[in-house]
Amino acid sequence: MRADVAIVGGGLVGSALAYGLSREGARVVVLDEGDDAYRASRGNFGLVWVQSKGDGMAEYAAWSRNSAGLWPGLEAALTEETGIDLGLRQPGGIEPCIGEAEYRDYAAQIARMEAQGGVGANDARMIDADEARRLVPALGPEVVGARYSPHDGHVNPLHLLRALHTANAARGVDYRPHHRVISIEPDNGSFVVQTERGPVSAGRVVLAAGLGNGALDKDVALTVPTAPERGHILVTERLAPFLDIPVGRVRQTEEGSVMFGASAEDVGFDTGLNPAIFADIADRARRVFPVLANTRIVRLWSALRIMSPDGFPIYEESVEHPGAFVVTCHSGVTLAAAHAIDLAPQLLQPGFNQSFQAFSARRFDVQAAA
Amino acid sequence: MFKRLPNLKRETVTLSFEGEAIEALVGDSIAAALLAAGVESFRNSPVSGASRAPHCLMGACFECLVEVDGIANRQACLTTVEPGMAVRRQVGAPVLDISAGGRS
Repeated sequence: MRADVAIVGGGLVGSALAYGLSREGARVVVLDEGDDAYRASRGNFGLVWVQSKGDGMAEYAAWSRNSAGLWPGLEAALTEETGIDLGLRQPGGIEPCIGEAEYRDYAAQIARMEAQGGVGANDARMIDADEARRLVPALGPEVVGARYSPHDGHVNPLHLLRALHTANAARGVDYRPHHRVISIEPDNGSFVVQTERGPVSAGRVVLAAGLGNGALDKDVALTVPTAPERGHILVTERLAPFLDIPVGRVRQTEEGSVMFGASAEDVGFDTGLNPAIFADIADRARRVFPVLANTRIVRLWSALRIMSPDGFPIYEESVEHPGAFVVTCHSGVTLAAAHAIDLAPQLLQPGFNQSFQAFSARRFDVQAAA
Repeated sequence: MFKRLPNLKRETVTLSFEGEAIEALVGDSIAAALLAAGVESFRNSPVSGASRAPHCLMGACFECLVEVDGIANRQACLTTVEPGMAVRRQVGAPVLDISAGGRS
């Protein structure tokens, strides 16, 4: 049986799109790899984050804010359908500054974003050390202030992925693990997707394979210039709740563990661990929160972000092969609600590239100077 | 529930669990010593409050957490017994003392 839409990739982006498409009544097949895939969806931090998103692209600032606003609706629907508690909390968030230089950098970013027009800096503002300590009493004496936004939050990203998969299965989405896609063949207005376990036919095809998109984009005349960026995450023993709001690079989960993160390295597809990086992360966390000095780290890992040249998402329909799309970003958690609720229905309609003009990869088509 | 193998010929050490003396063998993990002594509840979950005991016995599952000599969240399966060790159930999660800048 031919699917209406074949989605390449079963991570957070592909699963959110499959969920949104199934709500539109589409017959969806999701072609996923096995557990040896890079799986950014299983390595991420779990922020639903708005502040600082879209410095350089007002449309992305608006899109991130839009998704944060849609999140409670997505959570309610997924919890009702699956019984899974996603642990969504959106109490606002801060990014603490150590030293005046960081404070000036964050303030300058807010000014830049306000000058972009549109949603500007999404209500982000700088707060002084006293106000930051009123919000987060555990901040240490080195913190001189913070950037604050009322729209930030966090969620359990593993529960999100499981809830999407569970809801999709109940809705009849045909999820196929171990179906790594080898090639995509346009076929008279539809597509034959060749997988390691045979061909799958679909009226439309969506590349949502993260770092895997780069091997398939040319098959449907798309260009997806993304590269891996490695980040490390450290997780502590469980502690009684002490951190009510997410603090950018530090958040306490509902279960009590504290996560530290936000490193960035260009090391290709190497998912190994770099002790110098996690020492830096732990040191920063301890300076922001001296109270954590004797806390034990119980797990750490690295994962690869999917980064476009400017860090913003790429959404595009192939002009040469209409019905073939790419949807990729590095914020699959924050944008899950926008992908499921706003973007997925537009994969079934004409005019996708008009709706998402700002996110086209054509923005990278700048002639190199001779 | 658990019985020791009959042919073990190691020295004994004495530690305490919840203030009660327990005999163990040199080289035991705390988890082995407590299980051999008939302890069934090592901790309670800070999420649900449910009683927990060792599951994997190899450091992966974090079900066997106990407090050792006042330090919380020690893995009983990875910690070797020492004479005079004071072991207690891990009750909930440790509380940070924010005003003092450290753990209470």
